Amino acid sequence: MLTRILPEIGHFALIIALLMAVVQSVLPLAGAATRRPLWMAYGQPMATGQFLFVLLAYACLTASYAMDDFSVVNVANNSNSLLPWYYKLSAVWGNHEGSVLLWSLMLAGWGCVAGWWSRRLPRDMLARVLGILGLISVGFLLFILLTSNPFERHLPDIPADGADLNPLLQDIGLIIHPPMLYMGYVGFSVVFAFAIAALLGGRLDAAWTRWARPWTNAAWAFLTVGIALGSWWAYYELGWGGWWFWDPVENASLLPWLTGTALIHSLAVTEKRGSFKSWTVLLAIATFSLSLMGTFLVRSGVLTSVHAFANDPSRGLFILVLLAITVTLSLIVFALRAPRVSHAVRFNWLSRDALLLINNGLLVTATMTVLLGTLYPLILDSLGLGKISVGPPYFNALFVPLTVITCLFMGLGPMAQWKSTSPGKLVRKLWLAGLVALGLGALVPLVYRGEWNLWVTLGLSTALWIGLSLSRDLFDKVRHRHSIWKGLRRLSLAYWGMVLGHLGVAVTIVGATVVSQYAVERNVRMSPDISVEVAGYHFTMTELFDRRGANFLADTAVIEVQRGDSHRRFEMQPEKRLYLATGMPMTQVALRPGLFRDLYVAMGEELDDGSWAMRIQYKPFVRWLWLGGLLMALGGVLAVFDKRYRKTRPARLTQEGQA
Amino acid sequence: MTPKRKRKLYVIVTLVSLAAVAVGLTLYALRANINLFFSPVQIAQGEAPMSRSIRAGGMVKVGSVSRDAESLDVAFTVTDFVGDLQVDYQGILPDLFREGQGVVVVGELQDDGRFRAKDVLARHDENYMPPEVAQALEEAGYSPADFQAKAAEVGQQRKDDT
Repeated sequence: MLTRILPEIGHFALIIALLMAVVQSVLPLAGAATRRPLWMAYGQPMATGQFLFVLLAYACLTASYAMDDFSVVNVANNSNSLLPWYYKLSAVWGNHEGSVLLWSLMLAGWGCVAGWWSRRLPRDMLARVLGILGLISVGFLLFILLTSNPFERHLPDIPADGADLNPLLQDIGLIIHPPMLYMGYVGFSVVFAFAIAALLGGRLDAAWTRWARPWTNAAWAFLTVGIALGSWWAYYELGWGGWWFWDPVENASLLPWLTGTALIHSLAVTEKRGSFKSWTVLLAIATFSLSLMGTFLVRSGVLTSVHAFANDPSRGLFILVLLAITVTLSLIVFALRAPRVSHAVRFNWLSRDALLLINNGLLVTATMTVLLGTLYPLILDSLGLGKISVGPPYFNALFVPLTVITCLFMGLGPMAQWKSTSPGKLVRKLWLAGLVALGLGALVPLVYRGEWNLWVTLGLSTALWIGLSLSRDLFDKVRHRHSIWKGLRRLSLAYWGMVLGHLGVAVTIVGATVVSQYAVERNVRMSPDISVEVAGYHFTMTELFDRRGANFLADTAVIEVQRGDSHRRFEMQPEKRLYLATGMPMTQVALRPGLFRDLYVAMGEELDDGSWAMRIQYKPFVRWLWLGGLLMALGGVLAVFDKRYRKTRPARLTQEGQA
Repeated sequence: MTPKRKRKLYVIVTLVSLAAVAVGLTLYALRANINLFFSPVQIAQGEAPMSRSIRAGGMVKVGSVSRDAESLDVAFTVTDFVGDLQVDYQGILPDLFREGQGVVVVGELQDDGRFRAKDVLARHDENYMPPEVAQALEEAGYSPADFQAKAAEVGQQRKDDT
């Protein structure tokens, strides 16, 4: 009996969560303004309660999916009784309503964790942070309840079976990509709440940055993993072998990443030097606003892609209004309060402060160019000035040079000192690294391919420059210690985080450069016993057969691959699937991954004479792209666990002990 | 002007000019890389530029797809039920490409009036008419109901055939 009314329970749980979020936002904010401790104390229990009720709603929806309750519209539209159980569970967020619910769940989760972990914060600060998180929750829960209710029913005629999950989304990449991305997007809401709370309280000091930094790093690490996973998914799932298309949906996730990266660096200056305060706050506001804008672009249906599930204008309008309110209110608070917290600190034009300022300038410029390219077609369209699209050449022409310049400064930054650095010292330490980077960068393409290539030289030199200058910095830091091991152990986790983060960028650049310059693609006709050679590998089709999977029919080809004259052979099995419930065809790529090259075989279409059009690709260093992303994220995680963010904890423990 | 103010002025002038250069370059890059959209009827009326990357779209005309027997060359007709556009493409068509289905092609218009496609984009929907095509047709004075019905009819026919 209980299982029958699960969707209604979920619906009620959402309403209760909304009410709790209202209390969570109104009482603590009012309490902080009027200094009433009792009111402020409502923040944390309400945040916890709100999280538990959203969790209950989420669990109810998941249960409906698991039990194939097709009376629920959402389940009927996105699931099918033949779907394997793990896709049923991930189908919950493979649609508009469910993914917004997941977003709310994460928002409530971050709020709950922020409430528990930040109990050492001053009371009014915590109250404001939770109050603002509560306000954001109110917005999203209203959005769900008013425009995107996942618990709506198909009554009385219940469909016999569901319409199935989009086959493109039936994949391990989809199981983890959205949750990671959302953790990042939503994580920045905590940083945003911290920034606004600091403005409201007029308190923006080193202690504040020490609270805000771990949250920023954590959110950024999640977003990095989310973007990397998205790129990886597009690579093997779409059947084209591309890893970044400058699609508006991808740009939507890149934008907050860029400003988030700028924010991480600007926070470092604010903590160490007490400067850039207003700028840091502005970046925090921008990052969260861009996260919201990304949601708007992706969810409103103004863009057509796998991500745009529903074209309901009221939803787009709602998020747009939410975005407008957020931006306007936070900018008003900023304009009224920022002068109060800002504080001028002098520094020389060659110093770490200045280099980080340049880094911020470049990252913001990159953000603006991507934003312009993404929004321009939408703006023209909405003004009725014609339908256009902006192609990848635009983004490449601007983004690649900006990245190279940013990386140039990235090599200098860690070596420079705060306030002022002597140019002579910097040159003395780094000239060798620069020379080696340029030399190797020019030489490697010659040795590797026997032909010089400007782009490879540029990419490799940039990556080597980052790597070598980092090694030089590490060397300087440990050589005065008694032993290298001791020296290495004494370095802080935050420093290691920086090293890994920068190294990750270098690794990604190597991957991007090599795969875009040296990838080989051949589209060929193949039938059994036909052999094709691509990049030194012989691909022979040995068999072609039909098979039936759980919820699809497939044409499967067996391809035997042999490298050069060696006797080692292996098999690859690409498939062309037809999903039964939707009648949708899908290319299942066969991949032979490797650290230095991927082999990629995809079936195109069946031709009249029974042979198949096949796409065979050789992708050198493509794994480095995502490996670099993982390194960056790992760097972010390491930085979260740095000792100095936990410094104040013992003090609190002793307080508790006395109490 | 005090030296302090003077320095501030220099900083501001530098920043503004840098920003101006950046915006100028960006707009230039944008101009060179914009793909305008044209429907087959607009192309037939000679509105589209030659030898410049543009986008075109409509439904793939039923029975128009012909593959070369030897290579991966393929030719098909894109129609908005008013004008027709002959498209040449080399390579593998997307999974969702089918006769009677909406597509958008990116490429250049040749002197002989044929369209050489660099990319073919298809979307999954039986009655899908690219929104750009629908709008272009409306501007040309055809009612959306006409071609939507026509598209649905073609889709239904195709369904019956299989």
